[in-house]
Amino acid sequence: MTSDKIKILIVDDEQVVVDSLLKICEMEGYKTSYALSAEEGLVLLQKEKFDLILCDIMLPEMNGFEFLEGLHARKIETPVIMTTGYSTVENAVKSLYEGAIDYVPKPFEVDEILSALNRGINYGKIKNILRYAKSSDIVYVDCPSKYFRLGVASWVHITGEGLATVGVTDLFLKTVESFDSLKLMVVDEEIYQGSSCAWFMSEKGFVHDLLSPISGKIIERNENVLSNNSIIEKDPFFDGWLYKVIPSDIEYEMKNLTSCSSDQL
Amino acid sequence: MKHFVSKIGFKLILVVGITSLIIISVYAFFTIKSQHSVLLNEVERHGNQLSEALKKSMHYEMLANNRESIHNMINTIGEEPSIREVRIFNKLGEIIYSADDSDIGRIINLQEERCFACHAEDEPLHRLPINERTRIFKKETDNQRVLGIINPIYNEQTCYEADCHAHTSSQTVLGVLDITLSLNDVDQQIKKSEFTILLFSIITVVGISFIIVFFIRKWVVKPVSGLVTATKNVAAGNLQYTIDITQNDELGQLATSFNNMTHKLAEARMQLFQSDKMASLGRLAAGVAHEINNPLTGVLTYSSFLLKRTKDKPEIQDDLKVIVRETKRSREIVKGLLDFARQSVPKKNKADINEIIDRAYTVIENQLNMNKVKFEKNYSTDLPQIVVDSNQMQQVFINLIVNASDAVGPNGGFVKASTRPIDLSPYGVIQIKKAECSKRHSLIDEHNKIDGLPTIKFLVRQDEKEVIFRLNSIYGKKEHESGSIINTQKAFTIECPTCAISLKNENEKCPECNSSIYTIDTPGQGQLKGCINKNCYWQTWPEIEASGRREFIEITIEDNGSGIPKENLSKIFDPFFSTKGQKGTGLGLAVIWGIIDNHDGTIKVESEVNVGTKFIIRLPLEPMRKQ
Repeated sequence: MTSDKIKILIVDDEQVVVDSLLKICEMEGYKTSYALSAEEGLVLLQKEKFDLILCDIMLPEMNGFEFLEGLHARKIETPVIMTTGYSTVENAVKSLYEGAIDYVPKPFEVDEILSALNRGINYGKIKNILRYAKSSDIVYVDCPSKYFRLGVASWVHITGEGLATVGVTDLFLKTVESFDSLKLMVVDEEIYQGSSCAWFMSEKGFVHDLLSPISGKIIERNENVLSNNSIIEKDPFFDGWLYKVIPSDIEYEMKNLTSCSSDQL
Repeated sequence: MKHFVSKIGFKLILVVGITSLIIISVYAFFTIKSQHSVLLNEVERHGNQLSEALKKSMHYEMLANNRESIHNMINTIGEEPSIREVRIFNKLGEIIYSADDSDIGRIINLQEERCFACHAEDEPLHRLPINERTRIFKKETDNQRVLGIINPIYNEQTCYEADCHAHTSSQTVLGVLDITLSLNDVDQQIKKSEFTILLFSIITVVGISFIIVFFIRKWVVKPVSGLVTATKNVAAGNLQYTIDITQNDELGQLATSFNNMTHKLAEARMQLFQSDKMASLGRLAAGVAHEINNPLTGVLTYSSFLLKRTKDKPEIQDDLKVIVRETKRSREIVKGLLDFARQSVPKKNKADINEIIDRAYTVIENQLNMNKVKFEKNYSTDLPQIVVDSNQMQQVFINLIVNASDAVGPNGGFVKASTRPIDLSPYGVIQIKKAECSKRHSLIDEHNKIDGLPTIKFLVRQDEKEVIFRLNSIYGKKEHESGSIINTQKAFTIECPTCAISLKNENEKCPECNSSIYTIDTPGQGQLKGCINKNCYWQTWPEIEASGRREFIEITIEDNGSGIPKENLSKIFDPFFSTKGQKGTGLGLAVIWGIIDNHDGTIKVESEVNVGTKFIIRLPLEPMRKQ
């Protein structure tokens, strides 16, 4: 981190937001550039290579989703964290489905944005390692092919009898690095697709929110992972599940999810 | 003029008028004609009789050749004013007898009108049938019509055997009796009757026209112009316009369905307006949220950044914490605004009401403890599951429990939540949500409420006195509110306050107390009848009764708090009605009302100042039978 400084691109049309993000990044010792529009951001990306992009959704002319498409078209694989003042669940879900690795609603506290930046930088590092790793090396465990995921962080497995199991991906855990404790919701509470459903407290003092892949009513939570956090780290896709839920509108929500079978290709 | 001619009323009047004119003219024409011929026939018959009688009476005198006597006879008859001429010609055309002495001896031309019947041919006719003996012609002298009767005097045995030997047996016709009658009287009579018939025809045509004009105006022109005015009004956007229905025919039905149509249109527009309002409110909220969140990001990041940087300066830290806390609060408010703007469709699932209340309680447990409010539960253990939106229901209970705890005040008290399954006849449970008179005027009074529900009002008139009656809108709950007392022993009317159409059912009496009955339309749900007597509770609503008994879950949230003053009781479900001043938005109970209503349920409130308040919610287990 010290030898070659992390470079972050900020794309936001609000000067005050840009200024505050610049201040935070400067405090953390990151190198930053900013663009006040998506077009400007794409131009900068053509010239320079960045480790992470922080992009607003509501932008003049080209919006954040179109920016994601622009990146895809230019084959720029830099991870993107989306932010927006129009902080609806729909925007969160859509951002993740369109390929953003994370979503932070405005207004955010310093710690909230820092935890997201941290995960984003780690994500970039993991992807870098993956690029140079031998095929036999296991960097992280992919989610099983019958599972569906929201973005890269949470997974859902539709089991029979109208139930679904919800959990966290290994990739998310790797971006968190390691966590001290975990906070879960209680049985009978409702979770909503795109809203936080679990909170991972990291050693650095960050709280990492996990956005739920589906909506539904919690009928059981995995008490084992609360008493022994390492179960999640060892086996996030099976023994390390978080909730069993009765999904409320699975047909509708499925279209926002990505099938894990595509990850194996 | 062209405008007038093109009107439907004018066209109808014109067509019917012309038709009756033609019919009556034809009738008059034939009547006059037949009367004319009847009268002339009568005169002819009379003339022939006269001529025959004269000839017979002269027969003997002629045999006796009593000339003087014949002469006298003819003169006497000729004095009759209607008889113009009486003459007898001999075979040669010489006038031998005449009432007018100057004619005697004159020979008349055989080509004359009177001779024509027999002498048209060269060889004269010897026998002339009786109907050809008469001729009507005009006298050259005074231009009057006259009837001439020619009566040939035939030769008989007595004639040629008479002593005078004036005639031989070879002669057939001895002479001719010619009588001329004046037709003056008859002509005058005919003229008079022609005039009478014409006059009568004209009066009839004019009379019929007036009657047609009257009824076409009443039955066609007025309702049609009413409809035209109504369509113009509706086209201009006035959907409140209703047509007064005065008749029961096709036009009346058209007007009724027109009223129904505008009524439905108005409802649809209202709904559209409402959803439009919500949509624009949503867009506004979204815009506001976006605009506010950006500056809030600046405040929150800078303040939390400073908080990190000034860990060694506790005096600044405290102030900064306030900024961070308050900014976070603003963030929650904006988030609430966005959640409201999304207006998600209610997601109904089978749920346990007891569980939902418990969940609501856990959310506000701390607040209740702080207010020293004890939460008591009195749940039914065999409560069936019910299909509800559990989030919305939770919101209802949170709101009601928070309200109750606010009412309890600082000295503490209790809030009690009870649930029980109930099995009720629709009587006393179902709310009458729509009530109309037969002219589609709503009888629902949203402003004056009983038990927090809109009332049904009608106008009662007795002895020049008008009293507004308000009826509890729960079917079977017959509490009245009225300005004055009605004497049911005396005559009175029950009317729609808008159009004064009678709501009184004249054909029926209350089966319980024999008082008068009112009938109101409940669109889509048939008719509702009830007794006007304040002490009688009889009401019947067949369509709803037919749907049978229904199972409900009854939830009661009661407190021993300050209570709600009676004057506020009717307003508590109104949007923006609040007694909490700055603390409340006044939307809480209005939203609750909407949620319960969406679930086909009812909510009502009972309260007494300084004793407590009780909210009673009833949710049907099965949704209402769809009409």
